[in-house]
Amino acid sequence: MKHLLSVTDLDAAEATALLDTADRLKQALLGREVRKLPTLRGRTVITMFYEDSTRTRVSFEIAGKWMSADTINVSARGSSVSKGESLRDTSLTLSSMGADCVVVRHPASGAAHRIAAWTDRDRAVTGIHTSVVNAGDGTHEHPTQALLDAATLRERLGGIAGRRVGIVGDVLHSRVARSNVFLLATLGAEVVLIAPPTLLPVGVEEWPCRVSAELDAELPALDAVMMLRVQAERMHGAFFPSSREYAIRYGLSPERAALLPDHAIVMHPGPMIRGMEIAPSVADAPSSAILGQVRNGVHVRMAVLYHLLAGASS
Amino acid sequence: MTDDRRGGPADAAGQVTPARELLSAADVTRTIARMAHQIIERVADRETGSLAHAVLIGIPTRGTILARRLGAAIAEFSGTEVPVGSIDATLYRDDLRRGPARALAVTDVPEGGLDDLLVVLVDDVLMSGRTVRAALDALSEHGRPRAVQLAVLVDRGHRELPIRADYVGKNVPTARDEQILVKFTEIDGVDGVALARTTGGAG
Amino acid sequence: MSLVIRNARPYGEEPVDLLVEDGVITEIGAGLAGPEGAEVLDGAGQVLLPGFVDLHTHLREPGGEESETIATGSAAAALGGYTAVFAMPNTDPVADSEVVVEHVRRRGEEVGLVDVHPVGAVTVGLEGQKMAELGTMANSRAQVRMFSDDGRCVHDPVIMRRALEYASALDVVIAQHAEDHRLTVGAQAHEGVVASRLGLTGWPATAEETIVARDCALAREAGAALHICHVSSARTIDVLRLAKEQGVRVTAEVTPHHLLLTDARLTSYDPVNKVNPPLRTAADTEAMRTALAEGLIDVVATDHAPHAAQYKDTEWAAARPGMLGLQTALSVVVHTMVEPGLLDWRGVARVMSERPAEIGNLPDHGRPIAVGEPANLTLVDPDGVWTVRGENLASKASNTPYEGMRLPATVTATILRGRITARNGEVA
Repeated sequence: MKHLLSVTDLDAAEATALLDTADRLKQALLGREVRKLPTLRGRTVITMFYEDSTRTRVSFEIAGKWMSADTINVSARGSSVSKGESLRDTSLTLSSMGADCVVVRHPASGAAHRIAAWTDRDRAVTGIHTSVVNAGDGTHEHPTQALLDAATLRERLGGIAGRRVGIVGDVLHSRVARSNVFLLATLGAEVVLIAPPTLLPVGVEEWPCRVSAELDAELPALDAVMMLRVQAERMHGAFFPSSREYAIRYGLSPERAALLPDHAIVMHPGPMIRGMEIAPSVADAPSSAILGQVRNGVHVRMAVLYHLLAGASS
Repeated sequence: MTDDRRGGPADAAGQVTPARELLSAADVTRTIARMAHQIIERVADRETGSLAHAVLIGIPTRGTILARRLGAAIAEFSGTEVPVGSIDATLYRDDLRRGPARALAVTDVPEGGLDDLLVVLVDDVLMSGRTVRAALDALSEHGRPRAVQLAVLVDRGHRELPIRADYVGKNVPTARDEQILVKFTEIDGVDGVALARTTGGAG
Repeated sequence: MSLVIRNARPYGEEPVDLLVEDGVITEIGAGLAGPEGAEVLDGAGQVLLPGFVDLHTHLREPGGEESETIATGSAAAALGGYTAVFAMPNTDPVADSEVVVEHVRRRGEEVGLVDVHPVGAVTVGLEGQKMAELGTMANSRAQVRMFSDDGRCVHDPVIMRRALEYASALDVVIAQHAEDHRLTVGAQAHEGVVASRLGLTGWPATAEETIVARDCALAREAGAALHICHVSSARTIDVLRLAKEQGVRVTAEVTPHHLLLTDARLTSYDPVNKVNPPLRTAADTEAMRTALAEGLIDVVATDHAPHAAQYKDTEWAAARPGMLGLQTALSVVVHTMVEPGLLDWRGVARVMSERPAEIGNLPDHGRPIAVGEPANLTLVDPDGVWTVRGENLASKASNTPYEGMRLPATVTATILRGRITARNGEVA
């Protein structure tokens, strides 16, 4: 594995191997006082975040540090980027400094793909192989989020194949939804997208999932429901009449949560807007796997770094 | 040794000469029994004869199976259930960057940890000693045992580090290009130890 | 100044010799001997066509010289077989006054490799608010015959109506970049399966179709000539068919890239494929080809849009849209239209020379290859094959989507009023 840019780069075996590794890493760290593994000592991981994010950035930083990699965070604000340096120059600069891995989050879809193309092309000159991890590119994908969601499903439900997962909300603007639909399909789950027509992408009929506008009708048959945040900052307007109507029709209220089967879990990639897409009591209930998702995030990201950096550079 | 010695003659695309049996299934059982007695004798507390401070930790995959077998034999002979666990040494190996990223194995340290216990580290084959070195590093991050001893089914020589086993099932001098093939019923369907030589080919 | 062209096949038909004197074809026959000192061009049995006319080119000068200049763009045009190009006004300053259009025209004359005809802006500064001085530009030394806000749509229907009415008295054509900007806010790629999978905001085909329908109705009422730039959607063809049946004076162009390339190319996120209007689906390219063959789309126009590396070697959203086109146009037309039998060489002459010259009102170009006609000619090797390399093209920029592709047909020579401007891949 050279880069992790999109979940569609992983087949079922590779995705399962990543999840297995995450499990083993979790086991290896269990009960220890010293939460550190020496495996990536001498490797340098740089996170380059052009969008505000605390949870993902910190998660990657912890993952790198627990594997003993030298982990450095760069944020766009206050860096040469604010002086007008291009994405290409910034990433090649970091690569030339010796970054074995660049973890990038950027508002432009495809940014991670371009960075991988530039660093691969330059490798002939610099001799440095830099792996690129996509930590979220525009509205395209967020592969490690889908992996940690899959890890959480596996942990709470005992498996993924054949399970029914509902993804609710602003699918149109959600990279989390895209990554989840395609990864869950690869792993054999049945996915249904539930959203008003204005928040579904054109061509969603071609995706490996069902589509529905009726949340109440779908809930009783689901093993897991994933609530998406309503993304005010990505919208140019007119996708639904008001926040109130959205919360009424698509929010996971306590009444709606009661429609779920007993074993079903509630997930959310965070950050949540309590009271909008999810009621506070539902977010904190035993069926909520939200904190588990966050915990799994660190192990999954450790597994990704392991698979990219522990072996020989490809 | 764990994953890096290959499987049986069938794996090497016909370039391995037929294996010579070193231990039959019955030999394996007897050897494990003898080792169990040796462990009991050396590990038991001088005054009380208790084994309560001992724990068996196997190096996956076959080391863990051997550790369980030893644990069962020890329980049979002494009446004491010594806890059995496993420690994956992969993350501590010194040769990770020589090949693609390796799959990790199970780490399962018994409840209560390792502090102040006598750990008997168990593996199927001892050769360079590097795997054991990695396992010792892994162990040290789970706690501070009072002592660590090493039990192996086969010692085939060619040490590259100053490591020696406390309990050896069988010493087998080998050439570098030979392979020791250990089989356990739990995963191979049959018990046995054989010696094979690779002639050319990847083996 | 005399030129003898030996053994060339006009429109791919019977081989003949031609004698050109003082920029005019004076004799066509067999075994012609020119006067003493006449230059000789060996036609080698290749196809002779009227010189190509591009109704839609961006030469970037003034203001964008890091990407292209009138000199480098003219060289690319000559090498591509063009004897006349229409230079779009989205320069800096915008060509919305006689000063700028006269400058562009004069600069083209100085370079002398192709006739550069400036297109004037429809509105001042391309801002869509106030009509530009169309009359002054039309009567200037630049003799502007086509007006466009290309890059932007003339969005306000009242402004478009007035411009069409005003233009009808000047006998000029208004060329519309059909895009309802309110439907394409933040758009990056064709709105469809590929864009939604790649997380790229969609540019719906309806944004093009609705403006075309509106403007055809306005042109009908004004009795004015309307030209639709870079048609990209099959739906727009349906609108054009109806309008033409109604007798509306509407013409349309398609770019070579919209004949060949689809949004399937976008998966690498390489911005060399980013263009406005965007690459659409295979069904759309098929519809473009059929419409061009039938004449529903009248001409091929390149929308040659050079961009320096810093504008293209970026993440997709930050890249400027546009592709080079002048040197690859003929090859793409041969590949998509001639090879599958949709057009013969007469058809190529029609869509790349005759119809564009008519629409652009150029009396000297797109003429029949006959005695007495101006010698604006292109000699094409129909069996030639070449590999496209951006760095080897004459344009200052290298943003060609065909990088590394082997394409059919090469331009052997381009002749502008009897003078060879390009020969065997070199500018004369």
